[in-house]
Amino acid sequence: MTGIGLFAGHQYQIAFVLLVGVGLYTMIDAKNLVKKVIGLNIFQVGLFLFLVSSGYLAGAGPAIIDGEGRYVNPLPHVLILTAIVVGVSLTALALALIIRVYDEYGTLDEEHIQEVMDGD
Amino acid sequence: MTDALLGVVIALPVIASVVPLVASFWREEIGWYVAVVALVLNAVLIGSVVRSFVSGGILSHEVGGVAVPYGIELALDGLSAPVLVVIAVVSVGTLAYTRTAGPRSNSFYSGYLLLTAGLVGVTVTADVFNLYVFIEITGLGAYALIASGGDGRSAYAALKYLLVGTVGASLYLIGIAYAFVATGTLNMADLSARLADVGYGDTIVLASFAFIIAGLGVKVALFPLHTWQPDAYSASPYGVAGYVSALVSTVAAYALGRVILTVYTPGFLTANPVVSSGLIYFGALSIVAGSVLAVLQTDVRRLLAYSSVSQFGLIVAGFGIGNTASVFGSVVHLFGHAVMKGALFLTAGIIAYRFGVTRLDEYAGVARRVPYAGAAFAVLALSLVGVPPAIGFVGKWYVALGAVRAGETAVAVVIFASTLLTLMYVARLLDRMYYGEAPEAVADGGGGTRVTRGMVALVVLASVAVVALGPSASAVQETLALGEVLGG
Repeated sequence: MTGIGLFAGHQYQIAFVLLVGVGLYTMIDAKNLVKKVIGLNIFQVGLFLFLVSSGYLAGAGPAIIDGEGRYVNPLPHVLILTAIVVGVSLTALALALIIRVYDEYGTLDEEHIQEVMDGD
Repeated sequence: MTDALLGVVIALPVIASVVPLVASFWREEIGWYVAVVALVLNAVLIGSVVRSFVSGGILSHEVGGVAVPYGIELALDGLSAPVLVVIAVVSVGTLAYTRTAGPRSNSFYSGYLLLTAGLVGVTVTADVFNLYVFIEITGLGAYALIASGGDGRSAYAALKYLLVGTVGASLYLIGIAYAFVATGTLNMADLSARLADVGYGDTIVLASFAFIIAGLGVKVALFPLHTWQPDAYSASPYGVAGYVSALVSTVAAYALGRVILTVYTPGFLTANPVVSSGLIYFGALSIVAGSVLAVLQTDVRRLLAYSSVSQFGLIVAGFGIGNTASVFGSVVHLFGHAVMKGALFLTAGIIAYRFGVTRLDEYAGVARRVPYAGAAFAVLALSLVGVPPAIGFVGKWYVALGAVRAGETAVAVVIFASTLLTLMYVARLLDRMYYGEAPEAVADGGGGTRVTRGMVALVVLASVAVVALGPSASAVQETLALGEVLGG
């Protein structure tokens, strides 16, 4: 297999790897705390995509069982609903903490905060 | 045997966690009473389920009556029972301490109850995705509690912990997703059987294992994934540091052991010797690096935090070796470390509240001013070193014994060497506490008012317990029936 043929049918997995990579890179590289949280969200979304796509079956219907037929696996969807809720709670908590950090240090820049803390 | 109480011990603290928040509308500082009632009741229920495990063997419960493997299963066996007991004991014990030491806000106790629910959930669940959810609930509770110090430093430490911890939990979820893609199931027992069918050498099985170890390694704070932990422990209030250091990494290490031993099974480790030794040396590296970093610390809380990195290395190495002796050692050490480290943080808190000192060099002469707390600190710290007959010795002994039996003599040597390093920083600290020249803050008796007799009695009780539990620890080996857990 060459070129595009190698990737055909793997679009979800490719998007998963890209999103996870972009998310992790943002978390490591960004100095701004809010951007780090955005990176975390991108990272998690990539992961959700991977899990949801694992239940996908080409040409299959939703799992409302009605006689014979091909149905997608509904379990990953349920899992991701739960994981999304977890992700939202984490984001909310992270933003609340960021507000506290900002109130205290007047900046969201990781390096500045570190400098102020070392100066204490 | 089936036991619906397994669900109740999770649900009770969750429901109770709502009460202090709602109560805030008409009364402040009522959270502590709610937490005491809920957690004492929960401890009684936990006592009851553990007793039915001891008399009737492994317990299991299908949540909502949905049949396994489609529904969620809760279970209690020899691996989880000791962890459940230590959660019950420490969660009530720490409450006795925060009564005076604080924090006292209602929202703090909501977080405390939620964290406890997460810890219990991780311990009793038998479903790998449900485990992820409980790990995240534990995480959310822990982040919120660490930030309860109220200053910028604790918020920043909590945020750092949140970012790193969430990545860890997400890596675990990737591992679960891979295992799910390979097998189509999430129930631990079912997954274990189907992973064996897929083949232990299969790439996707190996990849899922690697992601799970890396993810939970972050949560356990193994070197080099430990960076969140010293800041989190040293920025939070002492009561929180005691609770979090005692239980959060403990249940993460338990989860790691649970996944290694009952999902992937020792058979997987035997089939992949590279993975098995990788895991053991990952633990061994943590043992050495944690001890060396602890020796270098000047702050008592950071010293205790790095010492945890080392102790959890020992526990993971024990799980990685995977024979009955080493796993029993790990379980004993999970229990023992939780009591020792939690109580050490609480004792450091007593000293800090009394004299306002936190650094090693400021500890000079404190033990002479606070004899009971000082003696408790000494006993707990020596137990951490592994001086017999304390429980710290028993855990180390069985892990080392398992290592020698499995032919991993190098690990036994590492354990011995790290014991010497631990002795080095503990002896230095104790020498200063007892024989050092007291600085002014300590010599004039300190001005702190927040130390009560109850707080001192609690840590003295803990220090008596670590010594008393040592000789009796070996006796529970048969009751736990770990051979059954390991499928032997």
